[in-house]
Order: sequence, then C-alpha cells, then structure tokens
Amino acid sequence: MNELQFLTWVRGPGLDIAVGIFVLGVVWRLFEIYSLGRKKDLSTPRHAAGASGLHTVFRRSLPPPGMLKRSPVSYIGGYIFHIGLAIVVFGFAPHILLVTNLTGLSWPGLPSQFVDLVAVVTMAAMVVVLVDRINKPAKRFLSTFEDWFTWAVTFLPVLTGWMAVQHLLLPYTTMLALHILSVEILLVVLPFTKLFHAFTLFGSRWYNGRANAQRGVPV
Amino acid sequence: MSVSLEKGIHALKEVIDAPIASYFESCVHCGLCAEACLFYTETGDPKYTPIHKLEPLRRVYEQEYTLLGRLKKMVGLSKPVTDAELDQWQELVYDSCTMCGRCSLICPVGNDIVYMVRKLREGMAVSGHVPDGIRSATKRTVELGGPMGLKWPAVANVLRKAEEATGLKIPVDQPGAEYLVLLSSMEIVNYPEYIEALAKIFHKAGISFTLASDAFEATNAGIQIGNSDLAKVIVSRIVDAAEKLKVKKVLSPECGHAYMAIRWEGPNLIGRPFGFEVVHVLELLDELRQKGVLKMKDKLKDPLILHDPCQIVRRGGVLQAPEPLIQQVAENYIPIVDKQKWNWCCGGGGGASAIHTEEAEALRAKVFQIKKRQIEEAGVSTMVTFCANCRIVMEEGFDHYEMNTKLLGMTELLAEHLEN
Repeated sequence: MNELQFLTWVRGPGLDIAVGIFVLGVVWRLFEIYSLGRKKDLSTPRHAAGASGLHTVFRRSLPPPGMLKRSPVSYIGGYIFHIGLAIVVFGFAPHILLVTNLTGLSWPGLPSQFVDLVAVVTMAAMVVVLVDRINKPAKRFLSTFEDWFTWAVTFLPVLTGWMAVQHLLLPYTTMLALHILSVEILLVVLPFTKLFHAFTLFGSRWYNGRANAQRGVPV
Repeated sequence: MSVSLEKGIHALKEVIDAPIASYFESCVHCGLCAEACLFYTETGDPKYTPIHKLEPLRRVYEQEYTLLGRLKKMVGLSKPVTDAELDQWQELVYDSCTMCGRCSLICPVGNDIVYMVRKLREGMAVSGHVPDGIRSATKRTVELGGPMGLKWPAVANVLRKAEEATGLKIPVDQPGAEYLVLLSSMEIVNYPEYIEALAKIFHKAGISFTLASDAFEATNAGIQIGNSDLAKVIVSRIVDAAEKLKVKKVLSPECGHAYMAIRWEGPNLIGRPFGFEVVHVLELLDELRQKGVLKMKDKLKDPLILHDPCQIVRRGGVLQAPEPLIQQVAENYIPIVDKQKWNWCCGGGGGASAIHTEEAEALRAKVFQIKKRQIEEAGVSTMVTFCANCRIVMEEGFDHYEMNTKLLGMTELLAEHLEN
C-alpha cells in the first residue's frame, strides 16, 4: 500500500468503520448506563433557589471556592485544552468542509494562523496536565493504563494535524493520512473508555444536582 | 466464593442504578476529590482519595452491567472482588470515610461520591466487612433501642431530673401533641442539658410536645453500617409511634445522622411518604426566632466560630437557620472561610466515631488538624455546633491536642440566654 492508497483507505472504508463503531458504541453505552433507572425519592422535597439538576450541569463547569488555589493546573490546564480542542476541531476550515460534505451543515471557520496557535497552546496544556498527572500523588495513584492511553489517543490527532499543516517530518499526504487514522482511533476508543465522560458528564451532574435539590442544597 | 461474599456482591448488584453507572463512566481520574477529603488533605496518603474508596463497587458495575466488562469476565480477564479485598477496603469505607459528602460538591464531572459510598456499605455490611464498633452499635440499637444500649427507664430518669431542674412538665406518650421529640443517646447520656433547653423553649413558645417511651432514639446505626433492612426496622419504630400518637410533626435532635436517617432516608426505607412532617430542631428554633418568640435576655460576648455538621447542613439542607440563630445569641460571631455547606467534617461522622481501634483513633486525631487550623486561624477559643456526635469527636480532638477550646451546643446556648 502506498501513501495515496493509505489516504484513500482512511478517507473511505476506514472512516466508515470508525464512525460506525463510534455511533453504535455511543448509542449502546448510553442505553447500557441510563436504562438501569433509579428509584423515586419518597421524602418530602425542600425547595431552595439555585438547587436543581440543570443548575448543577452549568455550575460544575466552574471551580468550587478554594479549589482553583488547591489545584490550579487541573483547572487552568483543563480549561485550556478542552476549549482548545473545541476550537481546533470545529473552527478549522478544512474540518468544517468535511462536515459540510457529510451533512450539508456549514459555519464560518477561524483564520488558520489562529487555529495553528490554538493547536500549539492545546498541546502545551496537554503536556502540562500529563506532567501534573505524574507529579500529583492522588492523580498518579489513580492512574491506570487507560489514563495514559486515552491521553495519547487525544493528543495524537492534534499533533499529526498540526504537523500535516506545517509540513513537518513526513510528506503531507502521509501525515494527513496518519492524522485521519489517529482521529479514527479516537472515535473507536471514545465510547469504551473514560473519554465517554464527554457524554455522561451531563447526566452525572444532573443526577447529583437533582438528588441534592431534593434536600434543598444547591451543589 | 464464600456465602457471605456472594451475598455482598449480590447486594452491590442490587444497589447499582443509572446514577452510579453514569458516575463511574464519567470519572476521569482527575483526583480533585482527594482535595475535598480531610482524610487526604491531612495525611497526604493517596489511598484516601474518595473515588478510590469505591473500587470494589466499580468493578462489580463493570463486570455485571457493561458489555465489555461481561466479555472480559467471560474470558477470565477481569479481577473478581474477593473477601480479602473487601477486608482491606473496610478501612477505606468506614474508618476513613465519614460520609461528609464534601467530595460530591467538588467533583468536576458531577459525581455524587458519597451516594456511592452509602451504597457500597450495603455490600460491605452483608458480606461482614464492618468494623466491630459499628456492628455492636447496630446490634444494640436493634435489640435494646439505642446504639449505647440505653433503655427507657434510664431515659425516664434523665427526664425526671430535667423536670426537677426546670420546674416544667415533660410529657410522655401524650396523644395529639404537635411535636414528637426524638433524642439521641449521646445527648441523653452526655448532654442532658439539651432536654432541659428544649423543655424551656417549648414552654416559652406555647407549643405542645411529647416523647414516646417506645421511640425515643433518633439515631440509626443501620444507616451507618449500611444495612437498609436494619435501618428500616429502626426508623419504623419512630413512624409507628408518631402515627399512633397522631402528632403533626417529629422533631429531629441536633444529631446529624439522625436527621439524615429520619428526614431523608426514612420514607425511602419504609417505601412510602410519611403522614407527618420531620423538622430539625434548628429549623424550629429559627422559625421561633422569626416569629419573635426567641428573645434573648443577653448575649454571649466571647468571639466564636460555628461548626456546621455535615449531615444537617451540607447533606441535610438546613442551610439558612444556623447563622441567624448564632447571631441572635452571640455578639462576636466570626464567619470562617469554609462555612455552611463547605465546612470540614469533625472527622467522626458516618459511624466512624464508633470505631475504637488504635489505628482508627489515631487517624481521627490526625485529621482533626483541619478543625484545629480553622479554630486557630479565626483566633477564637469558643466553637458552637449542633450535633452531639461532632461534639464528642471534637472534644476528643481538643483533649488530644491539649487545646483550650470551649465547645457549646447551639440549642443549650440559646436556652441559656433565653429571656425569662
């Protein structure tokens, strides 16, 4: 297989397989989790302002009092790489073009030099949170193979994409093919690892907020 | 697999629901819950990271309720939960977790970690991996009526003394009263002034109340050990007495876990809503304050801070009453940084104070440093709280560090300064 055949495969059958596993995986996992249901709370609720599932969905995006100081890298690094990923994925013109070709949806892209800068900042933030994972006792203690693996799987698409645009190391075609392949690996892995928090986080925050709202505590 | 382990794992399978599944799937191992837990902040030992305390429950979830987990189990790739492991986890689930619920407020993905600890305790209790101290407290509550083995004649004796001290009648088994008053054994034994205070306040407000000779104990060791069947037996006593006496309201004592047990877990344990209201004593006092009934003859001058008991405030939702009440009676109340729902636990809730092994006591003393710091940073020598268990635990802490701190109960403090 030469590099052009490689690129053709990742753009065609490769992408179909990855998107297929991703979509089926997400649907299955969501079913598996949320079909378990829960018991109704029979206690008489206490009402309090700001206490509800929805409030918690939004409130948990901000650091609780004192926590920014206790773990600045988690919060600042976390914000930067999450927002950075969103900008790179949804703001880069060629990505939008791909979505437009697949679904017909379209939105204006960001200047490529800006996206370029964001990609570098995102990678830097990811390296910093990785170092923090190694340095902080609680983080290191909790870490399993999955934590290192999912970090790599998230980092590689950004790195390969940036390198393709910069024409670094390998010919553009090969790097682009590697970039698409790395995204496909990410899609396949996402529903079955901790990366699935991208979906369940909303449910988790809502359940927690709802349960505490019953007792009148905004959490 | 031993029969008890099988029962334990079955119990864990039973308690796993959609929230628990969602929580485990959301965890990204960020470790921020450790920063919320006094057992981690004061020891620096990462094994006390709250989410780690749930590892046996997580594996049962993965192995029983996820497709990949079931496949892994089928081909023998998963690590089964064993008796030896649960034995090792006992320290993490009981000694070093007071179910204070601070972690549940911190988790960025929104996991209600304390909810899961409570559920894991169900499996720990059934499989027999429970500290002796909590086990015997539960046994005494079921067989004798209270965790300290206190029987009615002894309680009646304390009531009689309270009547003598106050010159007021304390009604027992009186049908049709507005309030059925519950007590905690710790209050009866260690702080009988609480009963006197209550009698004075009820008398002053002109509210009818009664005690029930067959349901005086409000605490629920069944919940602390994590056994819903026993917890149901214990809570049913109160429900039966309240319904027999046809009271409108049941008054929970200051004790935190008692309030949690009767107010929030109670209806879910018996499987139906109550026909009466459950009121925490501070809610009643604050209501009386707003009505202008709770007038003080003078105020306490000493600078003081408040310790908000976890199960009443953070987890129980009595958020607004404590501060106005303390301001009613204290001239120099100093609000601390981590107050109200952000307060740090005394270190002995959730049954932990009933564990008397050397290791557990040493650990409790160690984590008490966080309370010590709060007191020292505020520069006060008086602290007020409203939970009998917090009081005992913190007094042990003061003794351990030879601190000169005075600890006062909110209800008694109010009663002491009440206008005659």
